[in-house]
Amino acid sequence: MTTKDTLPAENAPAATQGPVEAQAARRRYRRAVLQVARRPTAALSILVLAAVVLAAFLPHLFTSANPLATNPSQILLAPGHGHIFGTDEVGRDLYARVVYGAHASLTAALIAILISFAGGAILGLVAGYFGGAADMVIMRIADVILAFPAVLLTMAVVTVLGFGTLNVAAAVGTVGIAGMARVMRSEVLRVREETYVEAARVSGAPWYTALVRHVLPNSVGPLTVLAALEFGTAILSVSSLSFLGFGTPPPAPEWGALIADGQEYLSSAWWLTTIPGIVLAVTVIAANRLSRLLDGELERAMR
Amino acid sequence: MAADYARFLARRILQAAFVIFAAFTASFALLYGIGGNPIVGLYSGGESGTMTPAELAQLNRQFGFDKPLAAQYLSRLGGLVTGNFGDSIKTGQPVAQLIGAALPNTAAVIGLALVIAVLLGTALALSAAYARASWLRQFLLSLPALGVSLPTFWVGLTLISIFSFKLKLLPAIGNHGPDSLVLPAVTLALPGAATIAQVLAKSMRSTIEQPFVATAKAMGLSRHVIYLRDVLRSASLPALTVTGTMIANMIGGAVVVEIVFSRAGLGQIIVQAVLNRDIPVVQGVVVLGAVAFAVISLLIDLAYPLIDPRLNVIATGAAR
Repeated sequence: MTTKDTLPAENAPAATQGPVEAQAARRRYRRAVLQVARRPTAALSILVLAAVVLAAFLPHLFTSANPLATNPSQILLAPGHGHIFGTDEVGRDLYARVVYGAHASLTAALIAILISFAGGAILGLVAGYFGGAADMVIMRIADVILAFPAVLLTMAVVTVLGFGTLNVAAAVGTVGIAGMARVMRSEVLRVREETYVEAARVSGAPWYTALVRHVLPNSVGPLTVLAALEFGTAILSVSSLSFLGFGTPPPAPEWGALIADGQEYLSSAWWLTTIPGIVLAVTVIAANRLSRLLDGELERAMR
Repeated sequence: MAADYARFLARRILQAAFVIFAAFTASFALLYGIGGNPIVGLYSGGESGTMTPAELAQLNRQFGFDKPLAAQYLSRLGGLVTGNFGDSIKTGQPVAQLIGAALPNTAAVIGLALVIAVLLGTALALSAAYARASWLRQFLLSLPALGVSLPTFWVGLTLISIFSFKLKLLPAIGNHGPDSLVLPAVTLALPGAATIAQVLAKSMRSTIEQPFVATAKAMGLSRHVIYLRDVLRSASLPALTVTGTMIANMIGGAVVVEIVFSRAGLGQIIVQAVLNRDIPVVQGVVVLGAVAFAVISLLIDLAYPLIDPRLNVIATGAAR
């Protein structure tokens, strides 16, 4: 199998008419992804993330309980019979609330990463490809954004946008654009000088073809890795801001807000903070572990 | 040499001043430009929606929001130089006074957290370097990744659960006496310690492979002497580089920690200000954060050539 892979032209006719180097890179990319899946901790992380994603979009697969249904006769029950995570101060099932909370936490983190990724890719592409004044303006703004402690700037953006999980996600995503734009720009600067881009340019392709068909696909790789690396951080940022009270108003369950609600009962009902906290931490650990393995394998494969 | 350093110093200080100016301008554009008139945001709609147009106009005059944006910008910029950040539109108190009263509390937590982070991170990296069993080294080196994955607010609540409620060793909330500083500082220190341990362990590994370590070994120096005197010292430079970002993260983390431990400080002030949409206070704290970050980066850059004479930052002018 490895000997076949060393022949770069092997699959050339079947694949798209991209340059040979880019194809080889893509193949190495696929092999690195497969390599990651073989690690035991990676398998565990994938399992955890798959469960969280399922819970986020199909919560009824995990529980038949209603996360909003109160029950005055079952308040503050410790984890045990009937309620594996216990119940809260108005008798709501904590397990159901954690399962349904996955939706808000996960989509918010995804939206934040998507905004950072798209914004960073576009601005980095423009800055790196066109250079000159556009480059200077974009990168100076990025520098200013990076001059603030990120949490404080995010809170300022939340002040302007207003509260709610979506606004919090947008704020986290906006502040994250600066770092992504920097990485994208340096990649574009490298790719711009490659022979296949020059070939496209001299053969009369309009600038947008060179940009979208050649520069973009070949420079977006490291940004994808960065987005994966930042996913765990995004979950943490969103839940921290929800914990501070800027997210969804109660009673909608969201992990950070769940923990904030449980804070009042810390001395008597430990499960209200501890269990959602463990679920949150395990999700972030799984996301970080997986993206780190991917990053490491890719680095090794691309060398 | 001394003249070179003085020139480098002057240029670097100017650069920091410009960063602070840019940060102030950006925060003004965001909060007052995009955000619009804060009085309208605060007093129209909601429970205070009963205010008459005349009363609104009176408030606008009082806080200077009736002037054009450019005039507001210039007067606030002038205020920044003289330490006047305007008044809170919620309480009317000067922002500088609010911040001045809260700053020592926050600085104390961050300061202690920084010391704990450096000690803990260095200890972890050193024990990983000393560990002979590979499973132990693997285990120690996997701890930092865990440290940066745990939500700060949850770590704080868990520490309260264990050390305040179960063991009754330390106070859970408030800021009375040095006891109350321990748990918040430890909570804040963990991600920082993880960062330092990661960077230090990595640079120690590459330093150990350098020829001067082999020379020292060949000369018969003990492992302790080599590790503690030579390797740690030259491996600590990359750790110094991440310290600036780490402190910036701690400033953000301190907000969460102060809420968890109900400590008076800048975190309480900015969270209340955001919830109340008290724009002048939000801007004051955010700009102060940028100033702190700029000053710390400046100090770190100035320290480089003093710590490592090999780094010729002065001649090349390539600081960082």
